[in-house]
Amino acid sequence: MLDKIKQFASEFFVTGDPLILGAQVSIGLSMVAMIFVLTYFRKWGWLWKEWLTSVDHKRIGIMYIICSIMMLFRGGVDALLMRLQLAMPNSEFLQADHYNQIFTTHGVIMILFMAMPLMFGLFNIVVPLQIGARDVAYPFLNSLSFWMFFWGAMLFNVSFVIGGSPDAGWLSYPPLSELSHSPGVGQNFYIWGIQISGIGSLATGINFIVTILKMRAPGMKLMKMPMFTWSVFSSCIMIIFAFPILTVTLALLFLDRFLGAHFFTLDGGGNPMMYINLIWMWGHPEVYIVVVPAFGIFSEIVSTFSKKKLFGYKSMVFAMLIISLLSFFTWAHHFFTMGSGANVNAFFAISTMLIAIPTGAKVFNWLFTMYRGKIRFTTPMMWTVAFIPCFVIGGMTGVLLSVAPADFQFHNSYFLIAHFHQVLIGGVAFGYFAGLYYWWPKMFGFKLNEHLGKWAFWLWNIGFYVCFMPQYFLGLDGMTRRTYTYDFDMGWGPLNLVSTVGGFLMGVGFIFQVWQIAHSIKFREADVNGDPWEGRTLEWSIPSPAPIYNFAVLPQVSEADAWWEEKEKRAASGKSAAPIVYEPIHMPKNSAIPFIISTFWFFAGFGFVWGWMWLTIPALIGVGICMIARSFSYDTDYYIPADEVKRTEAALKGAKL
Amino acid sequence: MAHAAAHSGEHAHDHDHEHDHESLKTFGFWIFLITDVILFGSLFATYIVLHQNTNGGPTPEELFKMPGIIAETFILLTSSFTSGLAVLGMNKGNLKQLIGWLAVTVVLGASFVGLELSEFITMVNHEGATISTSAFLSAFFTLVGTHGLHVSVGLIWMIGLIFQLRRRGITAVTKRKVAVISLYWHFLDVVWIFVFTIVYLMGVM
Repeated sequence: MLDKIKQFASEFFVTGDPLILGAQVSIGLSMVAMIFVLTYFRKWGWLWKEWLTSVDHKRIGIMYIICSIMMLFRGGVDALLMRLQLAMPNSEFLQADHYNQIFTTHGVIMILFMAMPLMFGLFNIVVPLQIGARDVAYPFLNSLSFWMFFWGAMLFNVSFVIGGSPDAGWLSYPPLSELSHSPGVGQNFYIWGIQISGIGSLATGINFIVTILKMRAPGMKLMKMPMFTWSVFSSCIMIIFAFPILTVTLALLFLDRFLGAHFFTLDGGGNPMMYINLIWMWGHPEVYIVVVPAFGIFSEIVSTFSKKKLFGYKSMVFAMLIISLLSFFTWAHHFFTMGSGANVNAFFAISTMLIAIPTGAKVFNWLFTMYRGKIRFTTPMMWTVAFIPCFVIGGMTGVLLSVAPADFQFHNSYFLIAHFHQVLIGGVAFGYFAGLYYWWPKMFGFKLNEHLGKWAFWLWNIGFYVCFMPQYFLGLDGMTRRTYTYDFDMGWGPLNLVSTVGGFLMGVGFIFQVWQIAHSIKFREADVNGDPWEGRTLEWSIPSPAPIYNFAVLPQVSEADAWWEEKEKRAASGKSAAPIVYEPIHMPKNSAIPFIISTFWFFAGFGFVWGWMWLTIPALIGVGICMIARSFSYDTDYYIPADEVKRTEAALKGAKL
Repeated sequence: MAHAAAHSGEHAHDHDHEHDHESLKTFGFWIFLITDVILFGSLFATYIVLHQNTNGGPTPEELFKMPGIIAETFILLTSSFTSGLAVLGMNKGNLKQLIGWLAVTVVLGASFVGLELSEFITMVNHEGATISTSAFLSAFFTLVGTHGLHVSVGLIWMIGLIFQLRRRGITAVTKRKVAVISLYWHFLDVVWIFVFTIVYLMGVM
């Protein structure tokens, strides 16, 4: 009996690596600490009522952002471990299989559990406020999306200490990810972690398309929408077309592993190439899904901090829509070397190169917006300005890679690694940082400390170039991606060492950001009038943080920069806002169902991972019961009485003075 | 807004809002259906790529028994028609007719699923054709099974809706729910026509 338990425990828990043991201990300790703090300060009820069951898009957005910053930490630690391993030739800092797990989880976490939730967090906080709406179209579904993401991410992360992490790369190509080559549970964690959170992402895509199309304030025609909202719209269109493909791909891989199907196996007539096509039909749009909202953020920031209307609004919209269309015609450029033939390669090479045209148009629009503007170099603006050269270099190396014959040389080398980190860090991470700094006062009612923010900015930026520029040269010198270790006589040592130093500089930058947040919480620099940056769009017309109903009275819009117009009008006429007649406001009630349903999904996924049907089946029944319970509940919303709205508004305005 | 102005007080406001709310949900369901089209599209693509990889196992010609499949097809098409009759009943405000035709639709849908299951069981038991026999069969069972799963989910949903209709009658909310499930049901019918053509007809040709 005891032996059996020991045997089970040794399979169930990951053992034998001191680094992982340390992590297990610290995870255990921090859970105990969390439970203690919540109990000691009697915060369980507060946590449940105010957060876990909340359907308020602003709270959901904040929860997304907190999770994503934690995931940035975990993905960042993964990155630094890899850089430490590669810093010297013949290094034995990590074990080889541990290294494989780390590069896999680094990629998955950074794209799916860091960039996506940070993006969804900003969608949630900003879009309803920008379009003058009181909520998203489906608040309940929105909460469900968040909790599906949360539990999916938890399922993926738990693989680190239970069962073992996936180690077949961030896209898990078969046959390596098949049972024949990866018999452990790591791939199952990969499949279910991403599957569960992916369903949440798909629902978010639907939610925001409807929100943007149907819930805009009166007068806000599509071509008067703020640019960030346009970028969210383009991104969501890509989400609804791309994510179902991911759902299918992962399901098929799971059927291969679980029921012995032969979709992608080497035997039984399976076709591994089918997986690679399918996964990139999702995977390529995915990188545009995360980068296009960053373009929207830059557009808002450039315009605000140059005190000018965005240059070329229409071409910007057109460019984003074109990118979302073209993103579906480029997937094969990820495997030019896999023998598709010259014609196919040529088609995908050209469609890839075409993407550079709308992107270039956007860069010029940002530059022309700044031209003759009254530029203020706040932290959001600095990230935006730094983004431009970084993305231009990354874009140009991308065009180099898109030349199919040249790609045979660059394929899977560090040149590629440097390229996509340059566009993803320079585009997505810089963009979301800029957005986070820009909208932080709107979320929390205080600004982040600019001085520490500038330190973080310079550390990140210098660290970035020190880290990734050498990697272009390492790639040209023949160093391939996923290299675990290399001999002294390859001559890659010095450049790798420099690259590692750069990685750590970015790590220090992250520490400065955490310090910045902690410092700013302690020494609150309150946002008194809700418009700390002299903004142009509607979110700045209401107090920070916004009241639960956002707008006491829905705004009437006539121009693209609605709030700027309003301010100009008020300044010209010398009058302040017109007197307000308050009406009762219709709001959705909180619900525990999204949290419970997603928890059931977590257990169903965990059961699938281990092949424990005794866990999966009841959990799936639980999911079904929750859905029926929701369908049968009709009492899902309430009215905030006009008096209460009036009192809240008066209190918020009182707080301003 | 003109509509709201014609009435007065909170009630009119309420009514107008509810109406907006329900049409919003129907619109969202249309977009959900787009995602489902992509999902089935991916499964069809996979099937088309893999359908000749029979790995020495049974081929489509050997497996598919057309009479049963044609019966399934007629039953499902009829159920789509009866779900349409249910909506017509609803539009006339006739609750009895609405519930009656929905019940008929459930019975037809359940017979479709039953026939499909027995077809699958025959294949597995008598022909030894399982999901792990060949890539063709993996793709076949997954594509057709996903459609069958959709139909089964629709059945549970429809039964739940019948209970709600009996309790609450025809309101703005239940009206929207009926409209949405009938959309879903017609959609599954359209998918089945593709399954019938691409999998079965082209398989036995």
